[in-house]
Amino acid sequence: MDTGDTAWVLVSAALVLFMTPGLALFYGGMVRAKSVLNMMMMSFGALALISVLWVLYGYSMAFGDDLGGGLLGDPLEFAGLSSLLGTSGLDGGFQPESLVFTVPSMAFVAFQGMFAILTVALISGAIADRARFGPWMVFAGVWATLVYFPVAHWVFAFDGAESETGGWIANDLLAIDFAGGTAVHINAGAAGLALALVLGKRRGFGRDPMRPHNLPLVMIGAGILWFGWFGFNAGSALAANGQAAEVFVTTLVATGAATLGWLLVEKLRDGHATSLGAASGVVAGLVAITPACSSVTPVGAILVGLVAGVVCALAVGLKYRLGYDDSLDVVGVHLVGGIWGTLAVGLFASASTTAGVDGLLYGGGVDQLWRQALGAGVVLVYSFVLTLVIGFAIARTMRFRVAEEDEVTGIDSVVHAETGYDLDSLGGGRSAPALGTQAHAIPQDPAGNDRARGITVTTEGSRA
Amino acid sequence: MKLVTAIVKPFKLDDVKNALELIGIAGLTVSEVQGFGRQRGHTEVYRGAEYQVDFVPKVRIEVVVGEVEAARVVDAIVEAASTGQIGDGKVWVTTIDEIVRVRTGERGADAV
Repeated sequence: MDTGDTAWVLVSAALVLFMTPGLALFYGGMVRAKSVLNMMMMSFGALALISVLWVLYGYSMAFGDDLGGGLLGDPLEFAGLSSLLGTSGLDGGFQPESLVFTVPSMAFVAFQGMFAILTVALISGAIADRARFGPWMVFAGVWATLVYFPVAHWVFAFDGAESETGGWIANDLLAIDFAGGTAVHINAGAAGLALALVLGKRRGFGRDPMRPHNLPLVMIGAGILWFGWFGFNAGSALAANGQAAEVFVTTLVATGAATLGWLLVEKLRDGHATSLGAASGVVAGLVAITPACSSVTPVGAILVGLVAGVVCALAVGLKYRLGYDDSLDVVGVHLVGGIWGTLAVGLFASASTTAGVDGLLYGGGVDQLWRQALGAGVVLVYSFVLTLVIGFAIARTMRFRVAEEDEVTGIDSVVHAETGYDLDSLGGGRSAPALGTQAHAIPQDPAGNDRARGITVTTEGSRA
Repeated sequence: MKLVTAIVKPFKLDDVKNALELIGIAGLTVSEVQGFGRQRGHTEVYRGAEYQVDFVPKVRIEVVVGEVEAARVVDAIVEAASTGQIGDGKVWVTTIDEIVRVRTGERGADAV
């Protein structure tokens, strides 16, 4: 075990965890004020549920010994993680008995668990304002089980690292996906598209203004995502070494370039560089560099980022032309950015980096490019088809979507019995009732939610 | 007794208030309102999607005055609020049936 590597992986795990609340802010600011809590709750729901499933069987499905064909890990091998427990004891300095490379297996479990949580949470942006919370939670659990855990096995499980045999994309296809362009972003993006189709458009989509209600929240969220993403990418080196440092720099510079690219498109097309464009450009760049961060040079990373910013800025308009309500552009940013980044490895990879492979533009021919394209395509199709099936099954059995009237009233007050903001400065000046009298009832809550019919306050107890 | 109501551009509020103070008006009520007239709204662009925002923010000023002063108040507001641009607003005068000062119970002209 290496203590420096272990410290970096544990810190990186915490950084990646922070991305999910960051995503909640990023998404929450983009929806209308009446749905901000529901939007953020979908991320927090994923945090709660997936962390439990990950420990129970998720890690084992992803990183257990391969059951055959590189398709799925043994769900029982590490179930409950008890087979990974055990150290040399206090006198031996608590050296772990089970290692992944130079870090304790448990550190790797924690780090990878955060990826599973974030990937599920990413999908929620496609179904803003209209999904009931209970069916979302059921979807999150089933989707993680049938889609994320297997795909993580394909992409992240290397032969001999966690178990003897790993997944087919990592070991047989040899596509390079350093931190999850396929497993995380294409996966979540394709699922978002499918789920947006299952749930249908919001009332008034393409007609009524659905302006972001709080752009400062979006900017804070994008900042937290960028911060956490250094753990996501540089932490994926699983060591505190030169590779982590190189990845750190490509992650920085691709994101900057993508933000410039997105703003340039806006300035030329719409006349104004916007804050939402800057926040979106940040995420587009981070998505695109995720698979490529270990295989492109710093200058290559600038090109990967710049193209990502331009392409994603154009891609977010597709939903209006094609008529699907991917509310917060999970497709335009994560699917499109993920595909671009995964293919960019085949184009811009340089053998001078730690990945050690040349792409098409560096004289390596199309060998790496077709591997990248095949990996991206299979993950896209698998995720899209399974999400459609899971989504329709839940829609049939549980009423996935809120009622029309509730959607207009606002999903926060109907589904969660809360509202995000109380900006009403009036009221609160009611004279106190005399001691001992049965006090007043508040007739209705401000959201007009008739289920909260009123509370009664008595002052009996205050006499003592 | 008259109620003078003016809808003006928000950045002209201080000018109007000063102009009214200069002619001796002792009180007024201000509220932030939204609406549209010939100025219509404006467009905002989010991730390339254009939204027409129909309502423009304005300030509503209300002044209660006696019969004689009403014309002077209207003139002062119009002069102070004018920029010559579309969207400068409107001023109108209505007749008031009754006024009561809450503190003293005074009624009519005494309460103005």
